[in-house]
Amino acid sequence: MRLLAFLPLALFAAMAIYFAMGLREDPSVLPSQLVDEALPDFDLPPIEGYQLGLSDDDLHGEVSLVNYFGSWCPPCLIEHPMLMQISRSGVVPIYGIDWKDEPGAGARWLERHGNPYVRIGDDQSGRLAIEFGLTGAPETFVVDREGRVRYRHIGIITEEDWEETLRPLVLDLQSQ
Amino acid sequence: MIAELGQFLLILAFLVALLQSGLIFLGLRTGDTAVFGFARAGAIAQFVLVGAAFACLTWLFAVSDFSVLVVADNSHSEKPFIYKLTGVWGNHEGSMLLWCLMLTGYTGVLAWTANGIAPRLITLTFAVQSMITAAFTAFLLFTSNPFARLWPAPADGNDLNPLLQDPGLASHPPMLYAGYVGFSITFSFAVAALIEGRADARWARIVRPWALAAWTFLTIGILLGASWAYFELGWGGWWAWDPVENASLMPWLAGTAFIHSLRVMEKRDTLKAWTILLALMAFPLSLVGTFLVRSVIITSVHAFAVYPERGVFILAILAVVVGGALALYGWRANCLKPTGVFSEISRESSLVVNNLVLAAACALVFFGTFYPLFVTTVSDETLTIGAPFYNATFNPLVGTLLILVPISGMLAWKRAKPGPLLRQLAPAAIAMLAAGIIAFALADHDRLAGAMGTALAVWIAVGLLIDLKSRLKLFDIPLAASLARARNLPLGIWGMIVAHFGVGILVLAITGVSAWKTESRSFMQPGDSLTMGQYEIVLEGVSRVDRDNFIAEEGLFHVYYGERDLGSLAAERRFYPVRGMSTTESAVQGSALRDVYITIGEPVATRGWPVHVYIYPLAFWLWVGGAIISLGGALSIADRGRRSLLSRKPAAEQVQVAE
Repeated sequence: MRLLAFLPLALFAAMAIYFAMGLREDPSVLPSQLVDEALPDFDLPPIEGYQLGLSDDDLHGEVSLVNYFGSWCPPCLIEHPMLMQISRSGVVPIYGIDWKDEPGAGARWLERHGNPYVRIGDDQSGRLAIEFGLTGAPETFVVDREGRVRYRHIGIITEEDWEETLRPLVLDLQSQ
Repeated sequence: MIAELGQFLLILAFLVALLQSGLIFLGLRTGDTAVFGFARAGAIAQFVLVGAAFACLTWLFAVSDFSVLVVADNSHSEKPFIYKLTGVWGNHEGSMLLWCLMLTGYTGVLAWTANGIAPRLITLTFAVQSMITAAFTAFLLFTSNPFARLWPAPADGNDLNPLLQDPGLASHPPMLYAGYVGFSITFSFAVAALIEGRADARWARIVRPWALAAWTFLTIGILLGASWAYFELGWGGWWAWDPVENASLMPWLAGTAFIHSLRVMEKRDTLKAWTILLALMAFPLSLVGTFLVRSVIITSVHAFAVYPERGVFILAILAVVVGGALALYGWRANCLKPTGVFSEISRESSLVVNNLVLAAACALVFFGTFYPLFVTTVSDETLTIGAPFYNATFNPLVGTLLILVPISGMLAWKRAKPGPLLRQLAPAAIAMLAAGIIAFALADHDRLAGAMGTALAVWIAVGLLIDLKSRLKLFDIPLAASLARARNLPLGIWGMIVAHFGVGILVLAITGVSAWKTESRSFMQPGDSLTMGQYEIVLEGVSRVDRDNFIAEEGLFHVYYGERDLGSLAAERRFYPVRGMSTTESAVQGSALRDVYITIGEPVATRGWPVHVYIYPLAFWLWVGGAIISLGGALSIADRGRRSLLSRKPAAEQVQVAE
């Protein structure tokens, strides 16, 4: 009985130790520097042949996907039908960023294969890609309503990735 | 100059608090009675000093002095004046200062009103309270100085976070803080009782109004927060079980358990150690609510790394204050010998069940809030715990407890006879069954959640009316005599009945909002319409509206219910240029039976505007129920008891005061 009265203290001590450990967490070891951070500020011009460019403001207010692609990038072509399918499903808008493409090349590529994107920004110099911490194309970011990156998908989005990871995440963010 | 003055006042407050806590302990040890008066004067001095510092900061915001860092970061010359003022607590530093102001404010009021409390007990309480004040003014001064200067001063400020430019958010933190901080008083009283090694019915009598005040403010604060989330955030809900909300719910649950067990302690001089433990838990949970969640640990591990010194400081305060109190508890709890005994069927035992369930519910919320964080730190997995977890655990647990609400108030203290009680409550049981069946037939069809919620609400409400009727002997004696009984019924009893009645209404509203809500989303162009059951929502047009500090895109909707025209309503999406931030203003068309709730998003090139429509049945009663619960709390605070504390009767007699 006497010892029982110390139980609250013991529980509290366990928690305090745990929180103190939490203090030493080093944020730099997290998988992606952008995850859970606001998007970098940017305002990309449209690619040749399109009216609308892309800025970070466009990504506020609704859950969205941001997809880096390039006409020169074979894996992007493999991924492309999946993006078209997502776009047609209307679950989530996809915004594209055309990475280091020749002027006009991106537009021709989209004309041939279809355009899954709501808006497309032109990152011809690849400067923004550095801020995104891009490792290669394609790469896709899930952005929440507040314009924060919530998830980063490296490489091609397969049917499985979409159904098992991205789609549930998007729906979850939309319902929040 | 004003900033320096504010800083100086804050340093003085810190020194007074530090000196006071030290001197009181020293004085009590040497038996010098001068400390009694000193403790009181010191408490008032701290309040005056922190109050003046707060006035300085308010002045700096009012005149937009951008040479002060906090003002430059969080204000803007073109902001509406009222939001300049509320901006004082719309940031970390200012809100901490408000927190300290409330802390010293409570201590000051205690000093002002503390008559008839044993001098050693009240003086020790001041000492503990001063220690807390010293710790938090130090936190302000060393890690979050609100008066830090910025050089060179910018030409204009960075604006207040647009989400905070809202009456709901302006009033929500002060209320919430008044609740959180109120539990510091009960905490200090509990520590003082442990140091003295004595807590009795009289102690409970002294502490009760403070516990009720904290609890009532916290209830109002949570309610304002929920309404802010509902009307402003446009997330389409009033409660999302997110860490910030959970953080306010945990002290509320502990506080609710506390005010109930306090009643047992006051009436029957038992459950002492448990009541004291609840008093010791409510305040740390409030601290978790204010700090760990709001600014440091939970929201993200990143924020922690940005201000490691703040995290360390808060943890150190928590460790000393809470660790110290709990160690004292372990050491002294056995001194608190209960004198009252009670049988299994009695009001005491029903309140024990109440306490156990509320403590378990609090533990569940704690688990749900912290476990995901725990998983992330020990492994690479991430995990979220959301509504399904709480629906499966919290709801049935608390729902079951609520069955006891009308019963508990009707049970006699010490030993109750179940037979007559069951007969009395039979009409409530019949009404409950009928309501459940009607709800099932009308609204639910294939699941039980709505019917069960409705039945529970009706059970509580009818049960309470029966309780009230029997207390007033309504219809059994002439009406005038019943009215006289109503006047003589202690306010505490009125408070209990009113608050519990509010709980019934809240249960009904939550049932409506969660079990019977419908939602639909679609891309719409002007002229398009959306049909949801009997409702038809037409987007009439979208227009741009320019205001002082934001630009809004306003979607004008018209709502029809069958043939009936329910009028038009406007949902906005606002853009605040200075911060480059967007917010939503949901359109809510409310009535007693249901809310039509519409949000509009950013337009997508060819598809139009994403529109999200919810129909929330009975949402209006969320606020009514919450307000009634708060009113019940307020009524109970007003109950001064039959005998004032000044009559220095021995505790045993105090217990016998009849209802």
